[in-house]
Amino acid sequence: MQKSVISIGPYHPLQEEPELFMLTVEGETVVDIEVSIGYNHRGIEKLSERCNFDQSTFVIERICGICSTSHPFAYTRAVEDIIPVEVPERARYIRTIIAEGERIHSHLLWYGLAGHFLGYNTVYMWMWKLREEILDVMEILSGNRNNYAMFKPGGVRRDINSDDIPLALKKIDAIIPTLDRLKKAILDDPVLHARLKGIGILTKEEAVDYCALGPTSRASGVARDVRKDAPYGAYDRVDWDMIVTESCDVWGKAVVRLLEMYESIKIVKTCLQNLPGGEIDLNIKSIPPGEGIGAHEAPRGETFHYVRSDGTNRPARHKVRASTFMNLPTLKATVPGSSISDATIILAAIDPCYCCTERMAVRSREGKKLYGGQELIRLSQEKTKKIKREMGIK
Amino acid sequence: MEITRYIFAFLIFPGFLFTVIVGLFSTWVDRKVTARVQWRVGPPLMQPLYDFVKLLGKETLIPAGGSRAVFLSAPIVGLVAVILVSTILWLANLWGTAFVGDLIVVVYLLVIPSLAIMIGGLASGNPLATTGASREMKLILAYELPFLICMATVILKSGMSIKLVEIAKTPIIGSISGVLVALIALLCIQAKLGFVPFDVAEAETEIMSGPYIEYSGVPLAVFKLTQATMLFTLPIFLITAFLGGLNFSGWGILWTVLKYLAILVLIVVIKNTNPRVRIDQAVKFFWYYLAPVAAAAFVLAVFGQIYAISWL
Repeated sequence: MQKSVISIGPYHPLQEEPELFMLTVEGETVVDIEVSIGYNHRGIEKLSERCNFDQSTFVIERICGICSTSHPFAYTRAVEDIIPVEVPERARYIRTIIAEGERIHSHLLWYGLAGHFLGYNTVYMWMWKLREEILDVMEILSGNRNNYAMFKPGGVRRDINSDDIPLALKKIDAIIPTLDRLKKAILDDPVLHARLKGIGILTKEEAVDYCALGPTSRASGVARDVRKDAPYGAYDRVDWDMIVTESCDVWGKAVVRLLEMYESIKIVKTCLQNLPGGEIDLNIKSIPPGEGIGAHEAPRGETFHYVRSDGTNRPARHKVRASTFMNLPTLKATVPGSSISDATIILAAIDPCYCCTERMAVRSREGKKLYGGQELIRLSQEKTKKIKREMGIK
Repeated sequence: MEITRYIFAFLIFPGFLFTVIVGLFSTWVDRKVTARVQWRVGPPLMQPLYDFVKLLGKETLIPAGGSRAVFLSAPIVGLVAVILVSTILWLANLWGTAFVGDLIVVVYLLVIPSLAIMIGGLASGNPLATTGASREMKLILAYELPFLICMATVILKSGMSIKLVEIAKTPIIGSISGVLVALIALLCIQAKLGFVPFDVAEAETEIMSGPYIEYSGVPLAVFKLTQATMLFTLPIFLITAFLGGLNFSGWGILWTVLKYLAILVLIVVIKNTNPRVRIDQAVKFFWYYLAPVAAAAFVLAVFGQIYAISWL
């Protein structure tokens, strides 16, 4: 059968961000997929190296609007790992509350988008309406609906006012009945079952091989969660369960996310009720030379930051690895063999967040070849030599 | 004079002008109900008209690899077919103007808008449009089978008549087989309209509106108008075939408007409470589930006719 190439992206109604998926199709069946990232590289790592340690927190908060707490969380942990220090107990709880609130709104956002991708716009609108309630809670607690600006190396910038806690708890309790109703509507919908079950199979072995993270791995039966594996914040101080399903398909990923929202609500409520007193900040004055790593379980999986300090007030090197970077290659295992209709929801099922993932990608002029690091250095040196020769500099 | 009357009927009332105005109103109802279901406010009454006029003012781009004449004529063909259906239905309902076999003509004409979409998509030469056109073709094959069985049942129940005037006089919904075929026909109408769950051919988030992808400006506006007029014409067809036709004497006006709005809202609610199915699932649904049920309803209707049991 004749093969043709269908491109999803760089600008496509399916994706909110510029990203290119080249699907090689035979009729309606996808036989191969090629993923190209690098359409929106913003050089945040370099920007971060030009800011001091406190300013960097705000820059990397703007890597992504949805996981706007995950990156500062991982970054502050990396900086604290350089010194090394333990943050005060109250700051740990506050960080956990903000991070879990973010997980709830991120998962609701994914549900809305997944509904939209399936042509189920009612779910889209309802989920985003419900998400507003969570954003209200976040506004009560942090003063901001998104980009909370709560984190700083050594603690948190802003305390949670104890007067606000009853209102926040009331708002969170008010979410649960609506969430229950949506859960019932989603889990009992026969057409959704028909659309989501048995497609985009990522087996347990493949999930391990591709180093899948977050809900993508947990839906394939790989119990992998930084919050449980290497507890930080207040995650070892409250009682919660890691959600793991064995179904390996898109349906499994949807179920994992749905049930994780309940766990997150549980964590936020427990933390708010048992918020310990004390300091919220260590007031770190200087960062000694050294290296540090920090990880945080973002809504999409583990976000990992590496920071190197040379004793000045700026990071000498800051490396960001977002979870989607690890989850994108799993598409190679899940998409081929499915139909175009299924391919779109499989692409969306890893909850891709491209702004976190963006890397600079350099292609040859014909667009065929993707250059690696060593080749880029060689090209750069050749160009410099050429310019020098033209200008007559030895 | 006869010819002037028919030209007037086709162009002004109940043809083009009337159908378009009420069609745009129907899309407003669609958008408003959709918005209310989705916790939104919805557009003002004139919004569909504004959208249409705005599209008319946009640049018309014609793809270089496409066939120009076919690409531009496809929307017109679709629109004319729907207007013709509307004219025939209203003439039959209002003044009893009919000819033998007009039901069959209407059934044929109703396929033409889908064919026009397919032809237009294929003429544009875009791979996504081709995918959309092939999906549209599969969808036509899928829903036409149960739809035709439904029509056969209608003909049987109305005393072997293929004249719309006589069919409109018998409310077929008043029996078991009538209810079954009416529901099945409603689902087929959903597919004909290209509404969720059967909007596989357009599938915005999969193939970017499929056949429409290369359309812009006036041709796109004409396609939108075709969809709007279909949203008006197809419920009227359902009322004529199953619900005892249109009646404009006394309280009949209110009853007719209610019937129309009820069907319209039902279609919109189905659209908003379902995700899109895959094309293979759609074909399976129509062939393996709806077609046998429609056939069973037909057999029931045959028994009802033989033993003179009116409720079968």
